[in-house]
Amino acid sequence: MTFWLLLTVNSITFGSLLFLLAAGFSLIFGLMRIPNLTHGSLFMLGAYFGATFVGGMLGMMFNFWVAAVMAALLVAAFGAVIERLLLRRLPGQQMAQVLVTLGISFIVADFCLMVWGGDPVAVATPDTLVGSVRLGPMIFPIYRIAVIGIAVVVAIALWLLLDRTRLGAMIRAGVDDPDMARVVGIRVSRLFTIVFALGAGIAAFAGVIGGPILTVYPGLDQYMLPLALVVVILGGSGSLLGSVVGSLIIGVLYNFGQALLPELAYFVLFLPMVLVLLLRPQGLFGRFIP
Amino acid sequence: MKTRIIALLLALVALVTVPYWMPGAYYINVTSQILFYAIFALGLNILAGYGGLVSLGHAGLLGISAYAAAYLLHAGFGHPVAIIIALIAGLISMAVYAVLSLRTTGIGFIMITLALGEIIWGLAYRWISITNGDNGINVHSRPMPFGFSLASPTAFYYATLVVFLVCIVIVTIFVRSPLGAALMGTRDQPRRMNALGYHVWAIRFWACMLSGLLTAIAGVLFVYYNQFISPQAVDLTASAEALLMVISGGAGTLLGPIVGAALVVIVKSVVSGFIERWNMLLGAIFVVIVIFMPEGLVPGTARLWRLAWRQFGTSRDDDAAAPSKAGAEQ
Repeated sequence: MTFWLLLTVNSITFGSLLFLLAAGFSLIFGLMRIPNLTHGSLFMLGAYFGATFVGGMLGMMFNFWVAAVMAALLVAAFGAVIERLLLRRLPGQQMAQVLVTLGISFIVADFCLMVWGGDPVAVATPDTLVGSVRLGPMIFPIYRIAVIGIAVVVAIALWLLLDRTRLGAMIRAGVDDPDMARVVGIRVSRLFTIVFALGAGIAAFAGVIGGPILTVYPGLDQYMLPLALVVVILGGSGSLLGSVVGSLIIGVLYNFGQALLPELAYFVLFLPMVLVLLLRPQGLFGRFIP
Repeated sequence: MKTRIIALLLALVALVTVPYWMPGAYYINVTSQILFYAIFALGLNILAGYGGLVSLGHAGLLGISAYAAAYLLHAGFGHPVAIIIALIAGLISMAVYAVLSLRTTGIGFIMITLALGEIIWGLAYRWISITNGDNGINVHSRPMPFGFSLASPTAFYYATLVVFLVCIVIVTIFVRSPLGAALMGTRDQPRRMNALGYHVWAIRFWACMLSGLLTAIAGVLFVYYNQFISPQAVDLTASAEALLMVISGGAGTLLGPIVGAALVVIVKSVVSGFIERWNMLLGAIFVVIVIFMPEGLVPGTARLWRLAWRQFGTSRDDDAAAPSKAGAEQ
């Protein structure tokens, strides 16, 4: 019983991290139709930045949350630069987009290896969230529960942004029909920059939040990217609800798969995605077929 | 046309004499690598370049053939059996791949092939009873076709070269065949092709199968060259590199994937000996290619060459044409 419950909590925690990663990916994919293969790298870059700020490698120690926000802002700026300078030139050219995003992910991975070396870097758990909480016979690490809370907060914030603000309405219009959105006077190209920076920022934030659980190591980017991809395909691109449901499903499948069927864990993970693509190509909550 | 044939002959002579002018066995091995990666890239190019179907999971297919050959050799089967079954296994998995992924095109195709590739990677990594997990499978011998030992770098190079030339001929014939033309039609105008009565799905499926055959051949060469296979050979980075070979060289051209394969292999194995940050260099090269030659190195160079030629040509033509123009105006 304890085993199952702990597994469930871990699943939801991992799902929460995946949601933070995939939400931005989904928005970028949904609005810009760009397979952003740098997304794993942005996650890793954020995690390394966070580890640096928290660990005091710059000569001063930052508070965990300040570090997370700083990392998110830095990576968001980096994302905006990528979008402005490179992706902007390549509308609709999928192969060029794949080439350039993969190229950047190579550069980022090597940059991280150069700066932080090959050894895993741990991100210290924030002081207030160290330890565990006792609920009846069960003991849960507080931090893992806190991650779930953070994801819920981010999800609500994103929902408010997308559903209740003018910017959100413009983004939704852009996702549904970019050409028509342009015709009615929405500057879709500026939306692209905003959305790409936003997605990059959330990914980096997720990297810092995930740091204490995953630790940061070279190869984290290639580990996270396919997971984000599966979530988006499963849930449907451009849909926030899809990201939430998709990341929970993948979180559960991944953790239960690892625990119960370790030999076929990845098979279990990718199988539902293949099924969804076959039966419902737009994903569970998607608005269009990619 | 004449210059083309001369260039082709020169390239052929250069390839055949590689063991005589390359400085050392190491560089002969690098050339062998370029050749079998070029076969792999040519196979992927049929889909990505001529079919417009960008597959980001092709290393998984290469891995299936390579693993099949390695597993059978390890289990004590002979080389002919291992090679034939490896090719068949590659084709069968390509058929499954195609049936699943051809339901979509565009980004959907990229995503689903990526997922399929990751499934194969996951199996290679975790299904330890078959694949020996992260430790991989060693292959202790190379085949001896017609009694020639392929143990030395030179002998293996010539065997790879023969296979490579055969593959090039196959691809050339395919591209110039009606099926090849139909495939390019489905890339550019799928709906129009459908309306004209072509079975778009079937054309794409057979293109997949040819691509799968070349990939399987490359997989067998890969496992014999390295005499080792591990999950690293089938991971996302490997698939991405294959795609980068195709796109950087020039998708939808015959020469492009070969140039791309040479570029990637040389940066990975030769330049990495001199520059520690070769991965960064490779990434930077790709970004630069996208900015300055978005169509790829081979078509891009051809374009620049033509441009330079025309500039040179017109400046001469202008001198010659000026009097006659003046005459016409009068």
